[in-house]
Amino acid sequence: MNGESTSRVTRIIAPLLVGLAFLLLWEGLVHVYDIPSFVLPAPSRIAESFWLNAGSLMGSLWITLKITLSAFLLAVVGGVGLAILFSQSRTVEMALFPYAIILQVTPVVSIAPLILIWVGFERTQLALLILAWIVAFFPILSNTTLGLRSADHNLRDLFRLYGASRWQVLTELQLPGALPYMLAGMKISGGLALIGAVVAEFVAGSGTSSGLAWRIIEAGNRLDIPKMFAALFLLSALGIAIFFILTLIEHLALRRWHESALRQES
Amino acid sequence: MPAPNAGLLLDIDDVAKTYGSGTLALSGVKAHIERGSFVSLLGPSGCGKSTLLRIIAGLITPTHGAINWAGADQRPGDIGFVFQDATLMPWARVLENVYLPLKLKGVSLQEARPLVFDALERVGLADFAQAFPRELSGGMRMRVSIARALVTEPPVLLMDEPFAALDEFTREKLDDDLLALWQDQKWTVIFVTHSVYESVYLSERILVMGARPGRILSEFTIDAPYPRGIAFRQSTDYLVQCAAVTASLRKGPA
Repeated sequence: MNGESTSRVTRIIAPLLVGLAFLLLWEGLVHVYDIPSFVLPAPSRIAESFWLNAGSLMGSLWITLKITLSAFLLAVVGGVGLAILFSQSRTVEMALFPYAIILQVTPVVSIAPLILIWVGFERTQLALLILAWIVAFFPILSNTTLGLRSADHNLRDLFRLYGASRWQVLTELQLPGALPYMLAGMKISGGLALIGAVVAEFVAGSGTSSGLAWRIIEAGNRLDIPKMFAALFLLSALGIAIFFILTLIEHLALRRWHESALRQES
Repeated sequence: MPAPNAGLLLDIDDVAKTYGSGTLALSGVKAHIERGSFVSLLGPSGCGKSTLLRIIAGLITPTHGAINWAGADQRPGDIGFVFQDATLMPWARVLENVYLPLKLKGVSLQEARPLVFDALERVGLADFAQAFPRELSGGMRMRVSIARALVTEPPVLLMDEPFAALDEFTREKLDDDLLALWQDQKWTVIFVTHSVYESVYLSERILVMGARPGRILSEFTIDAPYPRGIAFRQSTDYLVQCAAVTASLRKGPA
């Protein structure tokens, strides 16, 4: 009991202390060696820049967040939907799976220009959404497909014995059993959706895009390095937030029954 | 004395099973099971006893021969099946696990609730309806599995080495509980095991099976009276019968 609460505190406090020490060291070194802020701005300068540019940065954060979340949700719907289709027909799976893999292995950077042209440069956000979706889609598809196929064989037999319909097997056995796999896929996809949205915006470059990636390019062009760091910081914070939220959802969904959520009692 | 036989339940008519890989799992299996009896299929691993049980359940189609049920055809829910592992849905509470067979038949939870609690009561787990499987011991999980098999009140209970993974104390306790339930309910039990001692303790009849190919070597009738308790387990009669069954396993076909 005591050891457990100690370790929980350590898990939060220790990384915070390391981060704080790192920032202090950074601040100190910049002042001691008098490093110009266009090479490496001190954390205090970055905070100041963040404060001054809060309006435009938060607006961009909102746009990147919107694209990331939409892409992620569409990836969940598409990935789970297609996985269910695969679980119902082996033929469909064999026919479509190779194309899903092609979509996955082709670097998003290399398709981005094409998608931009097709969608039209005046609709950059739609292009970014499509690109982020392409990146986020595959882990959910492949994990859910595996999960749906991993149902316990004896349980399957039991369902057959009681004359269960395909629908009952899917909803009562396969989907609940696939949940841990699905959630693991979602955790990967959440991060990938953000990466997709940012990378695609880098490729899209100027034009009407105005997400966080564009703020970074813009600040870079103007040699406004503190603002660049501020945007970077926001991106990391967003990524961390997505990861934690998905971890929390996973924990809440699985804590009562799944091995991964069990705390070893000593 | 065992229950008066109400007649034939099923006839295993020259059943053979060859798997796709060419393995001959069963060959020329003929036997009949009486209604209300407790029959064990006993044999070493690889003798096809589990395959035979699954053929009886209709989960595997025999390559040759058939299972002929006396009277009406088998309907879903007429057979209760208990696996070697408890085979519970880990995401569902005990209540929901036991409700499953009725749910699949379209019975509402409201209607099923008394039946579910009755089944749980019979295995002594009514207080654990809200628990998740992982919160239970191995023996308790097995009881849940038995309750799930009982909830449809099936006339036939098929058990595939149900207690093999449990420790000896738990196994003996569950053996006794199973016998009490059987005496109470008078369903037919077909019990697959590799334990000579367990089969002699439980059964009215033992079908001894051998491997390569899987077939029935010999048959024993254990006519000790029920209820059989610790006294039977320690009696000379019990040991003599065990010795005879063991000898037949060694010897091979008569």
